[in-house]
Amino acid sequence: MDIEKLIKMANQIGDFFEANPDAEDAKLEIAGHLKKFWNSVMIKAIVAHVQQQQGAGLHPRVVAAIQQHVSV
Amino acid sequence: MDDIKYTPSQPNVRKYDPDKDYGTPKSESTTLVTLNIDGVDVTVPEGTSIMHAAQLGGVTVPKLCATDSLDPFGSCRLCLVEIEGRRGYPASCTTPVAPGLKVKTQTSKLADIRRGVMELYISDHPLDCLTCAANGDCELQDMAGAVGLREVRYGYEGENHLGQAKDESNPYFTFDASKCIVCSRCVRACEETQGTFALTIQGRGFDSKVSAGNKDFLDSECVSCGACVQACPTATLMEKTVIEAGTPEHKVTTTCAYCGVGCSFDAEMKGEEVVRMTPSKEGGANHGHSCVKGRFAWGYATHADRITTPMIRKSIHDPWQKVSWEEAISYAASEIQRIQARYGKDAVGGITSSRCTNEEVYVTQKLIRAVFGSNNVDTCARVCHSPTGYGLKQTLGESAGTQTFDSVMKSDVIFVMGANPTDGHPVFGSLMKRRLREGAKLIVADPRAIDLVENSPHVRADFHLNLRPGTNVALITALAHVVVTEGLVQEAFVKARCEWDSFVTWRDFVAKPENSPEALAKELGLDAELVREAARLFATGGNAAIYYGLGVTEHSQGSTTVMGIANLAMATGNVGREGVGVNPLRGQNNVQGSCDMGSMPHEFPGYRHVADDETRALFEQAWGVKLSADPGLRIPNMLDLAAEGSFKAVYCVGEDIAQSDPDTQHVTHALESMECVIVQDLFLNETAKFAHVFFPGASFLEKNGTFTNAERRISPVRKVMTPKNGMEDWEITAKFSTALGYPMHYTHASEIMDEIAALTPTFKGVSFKKLDELGSIQWPCNDEAPEGTPTMHVDEFVRGKGKFFITQYVATTERVNAKFPLILTTGRILSQYNVGAQTRRTQNVVWHAEDLIEIHPHDAEERGIQEGDWVGISSRAGQTVLRAKITERVQPGVVYTTFHHPESGANVITTDNSDWATNCPEYKVTAVQVSRVNQLSDWQKEYRTFSDTQIELTGMDPHTVVS
Ligand code: SF4
Ligand code: SF4
Ligand code: SF4
Ligand code: FES
Repeated sequence: MDIEKLIKMANQIGDFFEANPDAEDAKLEIAGHLKKFWNSVMIKAIVAHVQQQQGAGLHPRVVAAIQQHVSV
Repeated sequence: MDDIKYTPSQPNVRKYDPDKDYGTPKSESTTLVTLNIDGVDVTVPEGTSIMHAAQLGGVTVPKLCATDSLDPFGSCRLCLVEIEGRRGYPASCTTPVAPGLKVKTQTSKLADIRRGVMELYISDHPLDCLTCAANGDCELQDMAGAVGLREVRYGYEGENHLGQAKDESNPYFTFDASKCIVCSRCVRACEETQGTFALTIQGRGFDSKVSAGNKDFLDSECVSCGACVQACPTATLMEKTVIEAGTPEHKVTTTCAYCGVGCSFDAEMKGEEVVRMTPSKEGGANHGHSCVKGRFAWGYATHADRITTPMIRKSIHDPWQKVSWEEAISYAASEIQRIQARYGKDAVGGITSSRCTNEEVYVTQKLIRAVFGSNNVDTCARVCHSPTGYGLKQTLGESAGTQTFDSVMKSDVIFVMGANPTDGHPVFGSLMKRRLREGAKLIVADPRAIDLVENSPHVRADFHLNLRPGTNVALITALAHVVVTEGLVQEAFVKARCEWDSFVTWRDFVAKPENSPEALAKELGLDAELVREAARLFATGGNAAIYYGLGVTEHSQGSTTVMGIANLAMATGNVGREGVGVNPLRGQNNVQGSCDMGSMPHEFPGYRHVADDETRALFEQAWGVKLSADPGLRIPNMLDLAAEGSFKAVYCVGEDIAQSDPDTQHVTHALESMECVIVQDLFLNETAKFAHVFFPGASFLEKNGTFTNAERRISPVRKVMTPKNGMEDWEITAKFSTALGYPMHYTHASEIMDEIAALTPTFKGVSFKKLDELGSIQWPCNDEAPEGTPTMHVDEFVRGKGKFFITQYVATTERVNAKFPLILTTGRILSQYNVGAQTRRTQNVVWHAEDLIEIHPHDAEERGIQEGDWVGISSRAGQTVLRAKITERVQPGVVYTTFHHPESGANVITTDNSDWATNCPEYKVTAVQVSRVNQLSDWQKEYRTFSDTQIELTGMDPHTVVS
């Protein structure tokens, strides 16, 4: 799966929850959204990107959300 | 399910008979009045006319100018009655009932008067009853019989209106003025029912006649809705199909297969041939009204371009081979098995359509989940209303609109955002216009001046917020800012009904200065005070209802806007009763239904997540197989993986992704990369040109099933003729499943609905039998609501407490710059439907033969573009060429087009930007440049060659096939 597209999609999701004043809650929401709507192929790719490329290109909150709340 | 066999509880096939006509509309009063008519006591609601009361009491009063869809007019003087103690002979259609009245409808004096009236009419009427198209179905004829007319003393030689030329300009109906009795029913139907005001009575007395603004019908304001034809008591306004075929002999009630209004129609038949479709009075969505598509544009069902034999081929460059159903199905099954063995089970998937019945969608998603073994099923709602499903579920708890259409008649303020009801949802648009003429206020938020803004007679938007495309979230947040900071929140409602914490967070967010109309004015391109005034009207004007469409959803922040709309409705207390609510106007007939039926990759029927163990266990038990808990691929994911080479086969039922999905070149590349594309459709659509297997589908006239409209109304679709392709669509899918080793044994669509009802709590009470009894049902339909639920969230929200979400505006990345300085936005028009595969194969093309690009005069002048010029439109994704239409409907900086013709290539220019939550494409915002050109784009030329070749490969002639 084209990682650039996934990064763009994940960042868009992050943007929506960015305004949430409760950062912990926002991370849970971001991770929850990914788990609810993304197919495992996409989840694997983005998790690998976070692990191997330090999530380059992803917004910090999205990286944190994936690190803390998404596993494969 | 084997023991449940469906037999209609009442004959669905009825003898053809004009519907009973009560003469005047029903009174809604709850106060009852008793009077005596011809010696019999009749009790009716206050406000009922004597004519209507008599009919209820079983007495028919002669009439000509009255019909129960229109307000009484009192011009023909045929319906006179005698009332004890009153002088003269009042007209029963215009005289309301009163307690204790004693009415006589038949006396010798009345008989004399009526005969006199009829004599005058007939002396000026051609006596060609025997050869008239309305013979046997004419109220003038009936009345002549009813009053006992035996001679016409004036003779027929006097001055008369006979021998006038017929107006045959409308492709579907004829106006034969010499048969007109000037009852003005047509004029009133055009005003009251349709709201177009195309007709008038010109002249006075003997010279008066019906006129379409001194033009022929085609060139007039007429939108060919058929209301006047329906109302005409004579053969003056008559369907051409009836003139050709004669009167029908039986009729079957069914549902329009076009838009999300879901109008109910009587298919009036002669044997297996449709003579006409007439809107049915009992129709819950349309109450006897229709638009040009459902009423007249059904000829595509028998069009010569239809493919009725299955076809297969190895490569898309090979000629198609016509084969038997068995061979086609077993070939398709073997290909799926081969591909899954080689590339893994997740390498295949399926796509359903909002044009499919609920039953078809259900069996298709079942096939994919249970037999293909993955959740790789998606539907075209992905590209239209997926943000509605997401946004409303999050906020209110159910992925559906909250109201009935009729609810609009109780609205005081109507807020239309990113929708164009008079074109996209015409029958509902007419109802809305009726309410607006009664005085409801109107706010329109749309970059373009839709007809409701100022182009509809006697309707005018109080506010037109012509925001810049792509700034919906900024607008909805700015409106909320005004509501919150000016103290207009309905706190009692919010306290009682919503999650208070979420409200507080939202309130604090929208109240921030950066969310004020002033701060956002520049981004919106709107005067801040206008936004403030609109917000005040919405919050304080009484019952306020929001209607929105694809102009809301098809954006990178589509889901955010939907949530913002729900926030606004909750904050102002406008949910949970009639006259208010959040109303998504669905594009296609079964958008709601196909979503309800589990056609999204993450949800089983009834919007239950695939990872929910309890739900999955329920389906595993019912279907007898293990099911995956992994959300499947969405259409864009499937296409991306196909282009990369890991997604290899797709089963596409009734959907044309090659035309309707964005970034055409990416879509076609993905399709070309697959090894097996299976298309099930009526025609060789654009996707089928890339297919390896073609399963010919059945039209809506050839199958049984149900559609669910935008108000959650489940309506029956009934088979009125034998499928030309030999099978109903759900049967094809069931046979395909059987060939894949998972037999599906349904013998009738009703058995599929029974299975849906058994597995889906909101459908628990639905069955074909109940649909026969009630006509239609609005879900949820269960033990608590056995006859369905017209208004949702009445005492509490489906999710318990309503939840507010913060709606941070994030500008789309699709921004204008020096290279692409204009914004292209897209929409639709009345006479065409979606990709146009159906409507382009009807005479509706007389109203819209090609897609045009609308440009503001200022932008046109700068570029030296004149009306009708070829204009090249280029974006980051591609280039296409359309003819220019110069109009001030669009604002400077914005261009607009429709996408009803494949050759227009509107999606060649749209980009792969999409909604953050659902990947719904951002069709409504594309940065473009336009310039004068003198030839088609390269894409268009290649398209033409490719398309012609593909048509030839079927054995058809590209010159005769409609493209
Ligand atoms: S077809 Fe409809 S719009 Fe046209 S004249 Fe008749 S009522 Fe009016
Ligand atoms: S066209 Fe028909 S409905 Fe209209 S005035 Fe004439 S008879 Fe009446
Ligand atoms: S297209 Fe829509 S409005 Fe028109 S008849 Fe069909 S359902 Fe009704
Ligand atoms: S029907 Fe009452 S006056 Fe014509």
